[in-house]
Amino acid sequence: MRLKKNIAVSETGFVFDPNSGDSYSLNDIGLEIVELLKQGRSDSSVLTALNSRYDIDRASLEKYYHDFVSMLKYYRLTEERPDAGADSGHNPGIQPQ
Amino acid sequence: MEKLPFERPVIKKLKAGMPGKFGMKTGVAPVTHIDQVAVSDLIAEHGSPLFVISENTLRRTFREAKRAFETRYPKVRFAWSYKTNYLNAVCNVFHQEGSWAEVVSGFEYEKALALGVEGQHIIFNGPDKSYDDLIRAIENRSLIHIDHFDEMYMLHEISVKTGSKPRVAIRVNMDTGVYPMWDRFGFNYENGEAWDAINRIMTSGKLELTGLHTHIGTYMLSADAYRIAASKLAELAEGLVRRYGKTIDYIDIGGGFASKNTLKGAYYAGTDTAPDFDDYAEAISSAIVNSQISPDNMPLLILETGRALVDDAGYLLGTVIANKRLSDGRRATILDTGVNLLFTSFWYEHQINPAQPVSDHTEETTIYGPLCMNIDVIREASVMPLLKKGDNVVISRIGAYNMTQWMQFITTRPRVVMIDAENKIHVIREKEKLETINSLERVPEHLKKFKL
Ligand SMILES: Cc1ncc(COP(=O)(O)O)c(C=O)c1O
Repeated sequence: MRLKKNIAVSETGFVFDPNSGDSYSLNDIGLEIVELLKQGRSDSSVLTALNSRYDIDRASLEKYYHDFVSMLKYYRLTEERPDAGADSGHNPGIQPQ
Repeated sequence: MEKLPFERPVIKKLKAGMPGKFGMKTGVAPVTHIDQVAVSDLIAEHGSPLFVISENTLRRTFREAKRAFETRYPKVRFAWSYKTNYLNAVCNVFHQEGSWAEVVSGFEYEKALALGVEGQHIIFNGPDKSYDDLIRAIENRSLIHIDHFDEMYMLHEISVKTGSKPRVAIRVNMDTGVYPMWDRFGFNYENGEAWDAINRIMTSGKLELTGLHTHIGTYMLSADAYRIAASKLAELAEGLVRRYGKTIDYIDIGGGFASKNTLKGAYYAGTDTAPDFDDYAEAISSAIVNSQISPDNMPLLILETGRALVDDAGYLLGTVIANKRLSDGRRATILDTGVNLLFTSFWYEHQINPAQPVSDHTEETTIYGPLCMNIDVIREASVMPLLKKGDNVVISRIGAYNMTQWMQFITTRPRVVMIDAENKIHVIREKEKLETINSLERVPEHLKKFKL
């Protein structure tokens, strides 16, 4: 899972997508995840990092993480993987993870 | 190293300058306490969901309403509208404050009697009074508000048979400039039916006409509608003096004052639009005082205010069962309390707050109850903080009609507790159990056994 390269993320959690012109806001944990993903970290490495910092069990964390990532996909902020069948008629992001 | 508290990660699309259909104001500050009692303690002790009633708020609201009327009119009496909330503890708070009882069925009538309300302080309204209900009400000298001619003739018949003279009023419906007009109860003012009913009572001599009653609707946002209603009843009262030399004892203006809840689809919050007690009191009192009724014969003013007295004192506590995404990416939150306990969510956009501290981040979500049916929606569109499974919520202003119209559907009904003036908690209705429901059922002998 990779974020599109040209997505701008501010330190305060403000996101701008130059492709669509849309803006978004992130909460603190959302911002932390987006920054880790921008560094090219894998899902499992992001999860491990969060798990060590936050008071939550791994299963719940994964659930909320995948839900969050599905919204990043839904808003088309991620790179479409070639094998994901880049079909703009669908909303791939909201499929169950 | 101490771990940080977790909040669900969230990303929210910003809509430039546009108040979305979810509204602009979030209003989701946590409600951690009711009076001085922690919500978390209430749920730990009494379970979730849980109804909570604040005795302080009940009494404070009642006294506000009473003051608004008593400072403007010489003789005022409230009669507690049982159907709004007839939990015994709630009724007794109002009775301790001086309210009579207003009932609309034999069941409610018995409830009031059982609590110790004397018959002459019970107002018996509604279209459904049985022969036996009327006999008992007459014996107890209760105030019977006649709804239709069939009831009037039944009263004539009982009067002849028993030699008694029932104390009655007629319910009058009328045009107060508010749509829809409630014309299915009582006798119409504009088409002369009310006078027809009065004439029949006065000429028969079998019934004692003690008062005039109306109830013009519920959640009335117009105080002026009450001015019109009070003027019309005052006109009837004055006409009675002119035509029959009859002075009635009271004018009963019914209930219907709006509470501060926000109606579904309303653009402005109920807290900003609903008139307050002073507005209603001014409209009603000035209409009677300025009528043709002689100042020496001012009738007692009776008020059957329901929701406006009890809504603010009631809370429903609940717990998040799950978060979901709907097919279009919208979030949905499922609570352990649905329309089975919150009938008024069909009318109101109830205020729902988290019961624990949250960050400023919010998210658009639909709030569902736990029932397996599509209509179980508490809020279609609401801006909520990031709730997670197990978080508690407080739904406010739910004291009216929910604890009487709740359904025993799929599950049993939860406890109701009251917080008293010293912040002591009293269970005022127990949680229903399987036995509660099963004790009413009978299984025929041939259906007792089966093998699968
Ligand atoms: C005859 C009568 N009186 C009083 C009330 C109480 O009305 P509210 O709760 O709107 O004040 C009702 C409610 O339907 C009613 O029918």
